Amino acid sequence: MALSGMRGLSVFISDVRNCQNKEQERLRVDKELGNVRTRFKNEKGLSPYEKKKYVWKMLYIYMLGYDVDFGHMEAVSLISAPKYPEKQVGYIVTACLLNENHDFLRLAINTVRNDIIGRNETFQCLALTLVGNIGGREFAESLAADVQKLLISSSCRPLVRKKAALCLLRLYRKNPDVVNVDGWADRMAQLLDERDLGVLTSSMSLLVALVSNNHEAYWSCLPKCVKTLERLARNQDIPQEYTYYGIPSPWLQVKTMRALQYFPTVEDPNTRRSLFEVLQRILMGTDVVKNVNKNNASHAVLFEALALVMHLDAEKEMMSQCVALLGKFIAVREPNIRYLGLENMTRMLMVTDVQDIIKRHQAQIITSLKDPDISIRRRALDLLYGMCDVSNAKDIVEELLQYLSSADFAMREELSLKAAILAEKFAPDLSWYVDVILQLIDKAGDFVSDDIWFRVVQFVTNNEDLQSYAAAKAREYLNKPAIHETMVKVSAYILGEYGHLLARRPGYSPKELFTIIHEKHPTVSTSTIPILLSSYAKILMHTQPPEPELQNQIWTIFNKYESCIDVEIQQRAAEYFALSRKGASLMDILAEMPKFPERQSALIRKAEDAEVDTAEQSAIKLRAQQQMSTALVVTDQRPPNGMPAQPSIGPLSLVKVPSETVDSQNPGDQGLTHPNGVVYKEDPQPPSQDIIGDLLGTLSIEGPPGAVAQSPQSATYEAEGAPSAADAAALVPVGEESGSVQPIGNINERFYALCLKDSGVLYEDPNIQIGIKAEWRAHQGRLVLFLGNKNTASLGSVQALILPPTHLKMELSLVPETIPPRAQVQCPLEVMNLRPSRDVAVLDFSYKFGPTMVNVKLRLPAVLNKFLQPITVSPEEFFPQWRSLSGPPLKLQEVVRGVRPLPLPEMANLFNTYRLTVCPGLDPNPNNLVASTTFYSETTRAMLCLVRIETDPADRTQLRMTVASGDPTLTFELKEFIKEQLVSIPTAPQRPQGPAAPPPPVAQITAPPPAASQDPGALLAGLL
Amino acid sequence: MIRFILLQNRQGKTRLAKYYVPLEDSEKHKVEYEVHRLVVNRDPKFTNFVEFRTHKVIYRRYAGLFFSLCVDITDNELAYLECIHLFVEILDHFFSNVCELDLVFNFHKVLVLP
Repeated sequence: MALSGMRGLSVFISDVRNCQNKEQERLRVDKELGNVRTRFKNEKGLSPYEKKKYVWKMLYIYMLGYDVDFGHMEAVSLISAPKYPEKQVGYIVTACLLNENHDFLRLAINTVRNDIIGRNETFQCLALTLVGNIGGREFAESLAADVQKLLISSSCRPLVRKKAALCLLRLYRKNPDVVNVDGWADRMAQLLDERDLGVLTSSMSLLVALVSNNHEAYWSCLPKCVKTLERLARNQDIPQEYTYYGIPSPWLQVKTMRALQYFPTVEDPNTRRSLFEVLQRILMGTDVVKNVNKNNASHAVLFEALALVMHLDAEKEMMSQCVALLGKFIAVREPNIRYLGLENMTRMLMVTDVQDIIKRHQAQIITSLKDPDISIRRRALDLLYGMCDVSNAKDIVEELLQYLSSADFAMREELSLKAAILAEKFAPDLSWYVDVILQLIDKAGDFVSDDIWFRVVQFVTNNEDLQSYAAAKAREYLNKPAIHETMVKVSAYILGEYGHLLARRPGYSPKELFTIIHEKHPTVSTSTIPILLSSYAKILMHTQPPEPELQNQIWTIFNKYESCIDVEIQQRAAEYFALSRKGASLMDILAEMPKFPERQSALIRKAEDAEVDTAEQSAIKLRAQQQMSTALVVTDQRPPNGMPAQPSIGPLSLVKVPSETVDSQNPGDQGLTHPNGVVYKEDPQPPSQDIIGDLLGTLSIEGPPGAVAQSPQSATYEAEGAPSAADAAALVPVGEESGSVQPIGNINERFYALCLKDSGVLYEDPNIQIGIKAEWRAHQGRLVLFLGNKNTASLGSVQALILPPTHLKMELSLVPETIPPRAQVQCPLEVMNLRPSRDVAVLDFSYKFGPTMVNVKLRLPAVLNKFLQPITVSPEEFFPQWRSLSGPPLKLQEVVRGVRPLPLPEMANLFNTYRLTVCPGLDPNPNNLVASTTFYSETTRAMLCLVRIETDPADRTQLRMTVASGDPTLTFELKEFIKEQLVSIPTAPQRPQGPAAPPPPVAQITAPPPAASQDPGALLAGLL
Repeated sequence: MIRFILLQNRQGKTRLAKYYVPLEDSEKHKVEYEVHRLVVNRDPKFTNFVEFRTHKVIYRRYAGLFFSLCVDITDNELAYLECIHLFVEILDHFFSNVCELDLVFNFHKVLVLP
């Protein structure tokens, strides 16, 4: 093997291993690093073998955890070596050392691409592996097309194609546009017919990622997935090398079932029947066997099948089979299976109504709560938390409390938070709730956040019947010799407020209360002292008639703290002291606290925040959301994150219907819940023609109608605006308000038109029109925004914010807060271009008309071509320039496919509109086009750019483009810019002053959601 | 999706590391340290899954070596567990009766595999 026998490397590794201590090792490593560094400096004398060896040493040192801050260049340069051994080392080391954000990678793109499109299979594989390992956005943009081609090519060997599939998957994750190609769904379906299991497995991975994002486009793949599953699980029709311990490729089975979970249902009855047959076979036919690996593999398949059954909402019979299986699993000894049993039971709670059956296993689950393995305990806790409702809350919470004292520290915080939430949500009576929280503080005071005790105080304050009970309880806890500081806080607060209610009982006289609270005083920290002072003051106030002895005691304390270094304490002490000498006013000021306004529990909010999952969206969650959007779902049945909502939440009115808050905090959710328990379906695609633009889709005014009517204070109509709306009481029919502030005309089209001309309308709706006029000089520009009020009433709260991309410096002059009726306001906007870039600036504009707040986000036409100045060059100037800019990164060449076929003169016209001057006669070939322009930015100053387009008269859909300039970024950005203009231009550009100028697919710049094809403007244009 | 693969010995020395998410070097060291702490003291009778930040680590111990995969919370745990075993079988095949020293001296060959 080419790698073997690198003696120097082995010697070095042995040396490092023989080091007695860390210090010696560091010395040895430093010596080696020095050696490598000097060798690299003088690169001429280095043979390929040596270079390879040093790069390996570097990697070894890096793996040991030392910083290696040089030699990246050498590693990358090995990639372009002609021979396999060096090339391979280059690829592997690059993949380990660099990540997608490294600039060095850019240097390698061309070589990698050449290897991918080259003929050498081994090189193709190496290159694909590298891209699959670290491919970033830039790789995605420049390589995706080639990788796609490899994947569907019929001449490549399966080995290459399966790598291509995984590589494409990686690129897709970085940039979903890579599969935004017409007919890709069909190709995907074809790929699933593949006989080679390697290619099929990789393609299935790709499909899972695709459907998780957008299943609509891939319906045609569904029956194929079912077929694949049948082939594997029923017919076992696969080659020997793909069976794993006798199981036909468990990984492919798992992936296939995962893909199926992203489709909402299986409609075709035949497909459905065959799918269930297979699932049934898996559910029934999986036995526990002795061999661990076989067991694991078969259960991996089984658990995926369970998830799929849950998702498909199979007939009751199958579901009960699942529950029975899970019930069996949570009782087995094998830890992995028990873990998964618990985990899947928790998932099952979210999708179906099986709570009663699961409750039967409660005792078993509680046993798992005491398992020595923390992973299992966590799952058990989650499950208990999920299955808790009014009927079993008492049992479960008490179990949790009991466990709290023995639980390990890693879990106590979570445990106490969950216990507190359950107690609050499902308390059968209020005193029980107070008991639970006080016990919680007693047992795990360190882990009880302030939120928890704030909450119990709020409860007690708001419920009069609870006050004396709570006071008595607090008094009991204070009797204990050592109590947690949080307990001191709660007890002191409650006794200060409500101690007087019990004054007649023995042991509750003001003096006794004071003594028992003050006993704790020496042990507390400064954060508790203010609370103690307040409760002393309250006790003093409640002591009628005053007891001079008590008064003196308390005054002494106040006196002492009047010189405290802590401002809060000092102020309280001084004020209470002064107040308590005034008698009557003390009564007023220290009177009982008023009730707290009803608010959402901070605890529940916290729990929800914690549950926001950064990982990939699970199929189940996705499903929960789909359930949401099927209109008019009663709130109570909506499963909020991780816990089933309950129809009744006990007498604690403070807890509002739990799911309404969940909605608003889950921006992905489509529904908006109103307090009366109805979820409105919100159509993500407004029926109107005026789509705000792919880019701005969810940000704009198609927001929940309720918010429009009821919360003028909400800044935008995004989901964030929802909680206040949900709190409001009235019910507004869905369609009534939504029509009120729709933009007039297509915002996208207006933007594209303004990219080509310098004045026009940027945005218009029934209330306002925003016009724009621009002047561009070199790298600077001056735009004037004309804000015109179309109404006879004035527009208020006008706000304009510019969100500039990093390459633009933009300054907007002051925008007045109100625009008078029928008036127009001009706001100049200064623009300075710092660097070449295709990013687009956004104007965040909002105003208020009547109670309605309108917010729109508009792209500003300060785009790349605005900083171009047309220039004509003569052949004498052109050719020397062209030659001096040789090769990447200053000169880039790309073959562009999928170009909209245009006759040459039309293409020349298009170029001229973008201020690229076409210079006829420079290229002898009449099928070619040469253009020149000057680009201005602060960093590049005036920079000459040269473009050459070579078209193929036989095939107008492809061309070769070469762009050259003196700045690598500029060359790249300009190339991409031109490419975007050429690829699938929807309309001919020179329609004489058409109302809607051609919308070139600029949307690609800013990565539109896959909904791009639904843009009616683009569809319309496509038809023309 | 696999976030990273780690091969560590009981002392926490990394024998192989492969990241599929862009992490800074300092972050990588932290991750390696934390994962080692997480898995090293677990009883063999425990599950092979541990929660790690917002992800899950699926690990398996072979003699003194821990093979750890960090995957998403919703991924199929057992399937990845068997992935590890498959990888080990391949190593075993390649080095015929693999041991830690093989991996130390031939780390560059091991890297070719995943």
